[in-house]
Amino acid sequence: MRIFLTYALPLAALALLAIAPLYASAYQLGLLLGIATYVTLASAWALFSGHTRYISLATVAFYGTGAYTVAVLNESLPYPMVLATAGLIGAGLALVVGLSTLRLAGIYFVIFSFGLSELIRELITWYEVNVTGTLGRYIFLDLTPQDIYWQMLGLGAVTIALTAWIHRRRLGLALRVIGDDETVAAHSGIHLARVKLIAFVLASTIITLAGAIASPRWVYVEPSIVFNPTVSFLTVIMALLGGANRLWGPALGAVPLFLIFEWLSSDFPDTYPILLGLLFIGVVFLLPHGVLAGIEQLRQRRKA
Amino acid sequence: MLLTTLILGVVLGGTYALLALGLTLQYGIARIMNLAYGELTLIAAFLLVWAFQGLGLSPLVAILLLAPAGYALGWALYTLMMRPLVKRSGASGRLEVDSILATFGLLFLIQGVLLLVFGPNFTSISYLDRGVSVLGVTVAANRLVAFGICLVAGTALVVALARTRWGLTLRAVALSPVSAPLVGINVDRAMRQGFALGSSLAAVAGGTLAMYQTFSATGGVVFTMKALVIVIMGGVGNVGGALAAGLALGLVETFVATAIDPGLTLAATFALFLIVLLWRPEGLFRRR
Amino acid sequence: MTNMTRRAGLRALGFGLVSGLALSAGAAFAQETVTIGYAVARTGANATGAGITTIPNYELWVHHVNEAGGLQMPDGSRRMIEVVEYDDRSSNEDLVRAIERLATEDEVDLILPPWSTGANLAVAPLFARFGYPQLAVTAVTDRAPEFAARWDRSFWMLGGGHDYAAGLVEVLAAAHEAGTINNKVAVVSVADGFGIDLINGARPAFEEAGFELVYDATYPLGTSDFAPLLNEAQGSGADSFIAFSYPPDSFGMTGTARSMGYNPAVFYVGVGGAFPIYPRIAENTEEGVMSIGGVNADSPAIQGYFEDHTAFVGAPPDSWASAITYASLEMLQQAVQRVGLDHAALAEEISTGSFETIIGTVQLEDNQLRDLWWVGQWQGGSFRAVNPGDREGAVAPIIPRPNW
Repeated sequence: MRIFLTYALPLAALALLAIAPLYASAYQLGLLLGIATYVTLASAWALFSGHTRYISLATVAFYGTGAYTVAVLNESLPYPMVLATAGLIGAGLALVVGLSTLRLAGIYFVIFSFGLSELIRELITWYEVNVTGTLGRYIFLDLTPQDIYWQMLGLGAVTIALTAWIHRRRLGLALRVIGDDETVAAHSGIHLARVKLIAFVLASTIITLAGAIASPRWVYVEPSIVFNPTVSFLTVIMALLGGANRLWGPALGAVPLFLIFEWLSSDFPDTYPILLGLLFIGVVFLLPHGVLAGIEQLRQRRKA
Repeated sequence: MLLTTLILGVVLGGTYALLALGLTLQYGIARIMNLAYGELTLIAAFLLVWAFQGLGLSPLVAILLLAPAGYALGWALYTLMMRPLVKRSGASGRLEVDSILATFGLLFLIQGVLLLVFGPNFTSISYLDRGVSVLGVTVAANRLVAFGICLVAGTALVVALARTRWGLTLRAVALSPVSAPLVGINVDRAMRQGFALGSSLAAVAGGTLAMYQTFSATGGVVFTMKALVIVIMGGVGNVGGALAAGLALGLVETFVATAIDPGLTLAATFALFLIVLLWRPEGLFRRR
Repeated sequence: MTNMTRRAGLRALGFGLVSGLALSAGAAFAQETVTIGYAVARTGANATGAGITTIPNYELWVHHVNEAGGLQMPDGSRRMIEVVEYDDRSSNEDLVRAIERLATEDEVDLILPPWSTGANLAVAPLFARFGYPQLAVTAVTDRAPEFAARWDRSFWMLGGGHDYAAGLVEVLAAAHEAGTINNKVAVVSVADGFGIDLINGARPAFEEAGFELVYDATYPLGTSDFAPLLNEAQGSGADSFIAFSYPPDSFGMTGTARSMGYNPAVFYVGVGGAFPIYPRIAENTEEGVMSIGGVNADSPAIQGYFEDHTAFVGAPPDSWASAITYASLEMLQQAVQRVGLDHAALAEEISTGSFETIIGTVQLEDNQLRDLWWVGQWQGGSFRAVNPGDREGAVAPIIPRPNW
């Protein structure tokens, strides 16, 4: 039963999702792609932040960097090479950022990660304007929405599998201890900086790749388009809603939220932000520990 | 040349500092990371424009009225929304996450209401936009007024916090919310006052801003971020620090725009901010 | 959770979508409506621009058409317009999905384009894939000829950055020749695709015309304080101040220039200069300020349009892209009247036909509208077109402009 739940069920679901595009309309495929993107982002975000409780708003810094890399290189390199380069750039950037910032705690890290996104966006803008003399790049790649969807689905699956694997390793244990108490972690012989850095680089690389994969759908790319801070906020909210320290939490937060956004913005275009705001506030008050914890609580109450 | 940069920078810095005062109180004393701060300033800005154009009310009078209105709104927000969260979290540190999520919702809520009521257009008024010569440098009168309001509000706050019993209470809560009750301080009331006072300052800043800047219902995030940068640089809850950091930021931006490249002003802001964070995460001016 | 419930969930999703389909099929069953869809920013960073230029004109046009009994078909019958509208939340990802939804779920008869250059480019491949004609109005790009060739049902109606820059240089060169301004210009530009396109076009054009760019700076999006920039420009000795800017910046610079008493002979701002709110920003000292676009303010059609727009929306339109947006809808309307709703025939008709609109007779060249106004100036309370000067309706520019 346990093996069924941990292996067979996710694999069956993945297979189902993989053949879904053959039956879906363009819009349904778009929905699936959007869901896959946010499940990937939220899961990758939680890979680092779920246990360490470092709330990162730098998601879009990496996501945008991935997209921008594709925009710059798509005419000069073959596509797989572009993806690989994007991943490398993301990892390198995460390494530099991680080395300098992971000693910041709490709110300082939150703010720093936000400032980082803005700084990268401003620097790219300045570089493009002053060095290359253009702003706004085009991505003309021959990728169908199906291709993009399959790549994103694959990346999402890898992210969740990786998270599951890490949870069972020393690294996962170390991350959990750090999240509970950094001092205790340090005393129990955990190399704080290294553990945090590994998780941060892994998560950031995945997010960069997600940006690179998603970008061909936009055709035209410019810093103000790819570094849209909403992406960072949505990722955090989705992961926290589902429960960031659980394997399936981020995915369970991303799917309903994504669908609710879609429904609200199409059926209530005028009052959409108001409803969205109320929804958020409601979630904070009614499901403080995420959906998964809420469900568990409900079950326990029923048992009692 | 240098004098021009200096004066323009200081005036700009004053408007930045004013924007940050409220947030530093809200975050420093009430421990609420208020992402909807910029939206609060926008409410005030829209109300001021409405009062000016619809009722012919002088913006300076309107700002005087906005201050208590902001206080009341902050009080209500804290009582209805924030206090349950503060209570629930206790000492667990959950408040940080909860307040980010809840105020993120509030951000959308207010933005939606503003869009519905005032529409998406750019809004601005012309008031006191004559030039005034300061040591031979021409500065817009409305910016000078903003600078003056910042000085008055900032100094009053610094003095009140440093010299009065009430200020002592607020500072004690800011410093250690856990041990403050041990000396008989009503922490809940102090936090509520801090949050309400912060909202009041946000309203004043918003009203002032409407005098000299074009704004629209979707632009609140920009103000929040600017304020946040200054708050962190000045040290959370440190009013004097926020004033100094605001001025410093104004000077840096003006200097970079004149001497280096206007294209790098925002990059310089964030770079400076990141350096401060790494070098002294507790802020430039907080005693260790 | 078991495999069964998961599949049931998927089926439920499918069911919801099917019932959505049934609804639109029900609407088509009546055979009396034409469904027109659009996805434009109602929230987020693009909401302001879309709320000034795009959405009011869409609503005004639909209102007019339905008031007249509906959209006229080739057989003379009329069909009411039914609108399907989505908010793209200023995100291209959401926009792309919304267009897919309009095309494949709602199966609307026509799709109107979104606001902004980036958004129009993002949806161009989709319009092409689903075969809808795309009348891209609010897109300024120098690569319009290439795009029109790449997606043959796309139409680009607002020119490119080089056009606007060249028009401006022409106006200034004439003034310089007449001896009213010196050969120095101070230029600032906003660091995004639009500002950079314009400044890249302007630099060589200015140099070719014998001008010297004594101040040439780019500032980031979101800048709020323009005192340092204008101080530099004022000290540069240039008679002409040019800003390739966005609305909040254009307004901010105007305010700052006024308060500084900076009075160059030519004061030019970018987007926003032609907005109806501009005279209020300048406290009625807007006389002589130049900007992008312009209208033939003496044309009765334009005057009628301004009155209609003011009555319906509550504010006059902007004097650059608004009239063109409305004209593009009139083109669509006349094309439908001639050939019906078949997309291929419609695209062919829009590409080759000639249309009577509020901006005059319109005939596209290589799927682009080239008969545009590049430079306008505030004169006597209206924003009037001054360049191209040989086009009917152009007025002579006032240089030097009166002081603030």
